[in-house]
Amino acid sequence: MIYDLLVAPFALGFMRRALAGCLALSCAAPPLGVFLVLRRMSLMSDVMQHGVLPGIALGAAVAGLSVWAMGLGGVLAGLIVALLAGWLSRGHGAREDSQLAGVYLIALALGVALISAQRGIDLTHVLFGSVLAVDDMALFAMAGVATIALPVLALIWRPLILESLDPGFLAATGGRGAVWHALFLALVVLCVVSGFVALGTLMSVGLMMLPAIGARHWSASLAGQIRASVVLAILSSVVGLLLSYHTDIPAGPAIVLTAGAAWIAGTLCGPHASLRESMSGHRRVNAAGKIG
Amino acid sequence: MTPPPITLDHLTLRHGERTVVSNLSGVFAPGSMTALTGDNGAGKTTLLRALAGLHPVAGGRIDRGGLAPADIAMLPQVSELDRTFPITCRDVVALGLAGRVGAFTGIGLAQLRQAEAALAAVGLPNLGNRGIGALSAGQFQRVLFARLMLQDAPVLLLDEPFSAVDTTTAHDLLAILRRWHREGRTIITVLHDLDMVRAHFPDTLCLAGADTVWAPSVWTPREAA
Repeated sequence: MIYDLLVAPFALGFMRRALAGCLALSCAAPPLGVFLVLRRMSLMSDVMQHGVLPGIALGAAVAGLSVWAMGLGGVLAGLIVALLAGWLSRGHGAREDSQLAGVYLIALALGVALISAQRGIDLTHVLFGSVLAVDDMALFAMAGVATIALPVLALIWRPLILESLDPGFLAATGGRGAVWHALFLALVVLCVVSGFVALGTLMSVGLMMLPAIGARHWSASLAGQIRASVVLAILSSVVGLLLSYHTDIPAGPAIVLTAGAAWIAGTLCGPHASLRESMSGHRRVNAAGKIG
Repeated sequence: MTPPPITLDHLTLRHGERTVVSNLSGVFAPGSMTALTGDNGAGKTTLLRALAGLHPVAGGRIDRGGLAPADIAMLPQVSELDRTFPITCRDVVALGLAGRVGAFTGIGLAQLRQAEAALAAVGLPNLGNRGIGALSAGQFQRVLFARLMLQDAPVLLLDEPFSAVDTTTAHDLLAILRRWHREGRTIITVLHDLDMVRAHFPDTLCLAGADTVWAPSVWTPREAA
């Protein structure tokens, strides 16, 4: 029974490929998400996930249903949107978040229009993912991106922290903050695009952001939050894929819902900054008050 | 430690459309300790950032006498920093070395001990493992002073270092500033507290509107007596 529920699904080749790909992405994407959260750029992940869509659609239009063509189109579109968002955010009198919302709404509409115009592509699969579509190519893409993203993040770790904590200090000491920022955003784009086959463009950001948002309830240190985010993402991938297999929910939403449940659980009863902790904190204060 | 003089030559700085510093000339002498005063919006922070190379020069020039970026340490206003960032005091202090060791060289045990020593010197011994989110405003400013210690720069630019801190902290930090002054570093500090300026700062540069001139009347040591 338990074997049928938990292990048997992964005897199937496509489930194994999806699992391997999602585990690879679970190691690479959430640490980037932690930095997005810390840099108050969570909205940027929305912009990315919608921004890559027109590129994926154009890639498919030019070269058919090739993972490489769609991926390349998605990466280019994501980089263009990142540059555009960076330019818009440098203040032209308008509020940054409104500008970003404008960008991603246009990108989403354009992407859906371009995909709908082509026969042979299932819009649902592009937006929400399909484990059945994870072929060797898609698996290599996910594993490859994870292999690149982790060492690069380790390399730019110190300047990235400085840039997040105190950008003026980095600039004053001669560090080129914009370079690290651009590298970081490029990694985010790569991760979002590489996950789209399995998770869908709208959902692959979920595996990046939800474990990252939830991680702050499990550790107070940056390294601890990054470790926690990876563990949460791995658990969400395994449980989400099983959920998808047994209930016929697309893999993307299934994994993201699982990650969301983990986040809510952390908010309620995690060891840091959770509801449980703040309530026990109140009790301590009350007790102290009574003594006084 | 004798830094070169920092010379302003008909310097003009703009903030957007607005000219905040206009045609300012003068010299920050080696080892001088200058209070930068003036009304809000007079361009104090802008001038400080321009000295650090963080604000574009709209006209004239700043001659730093060949100082490298790592030779000029800047203490920003506390509000510019993200105090919710999950990082320990020791790591913040150790980041003071980033300008010298670069982005990729390891920071070893010796340097971490240096960071601990700096924390002790600013009156925060044994707080190395504390996250910065748990600090008071005064303690956080002490941590940033410890970071300045590790930067060990011959030129120090400070933006309102005492504005958000309690009296004891201000007193302690001022003592550190005066020690750096005795060591021959050039110090330029934005300050609002004119009593403190008169009592402790040999030089004052008062920015007053768009036509500030570096006249001797504003540029005389007020503590001459």
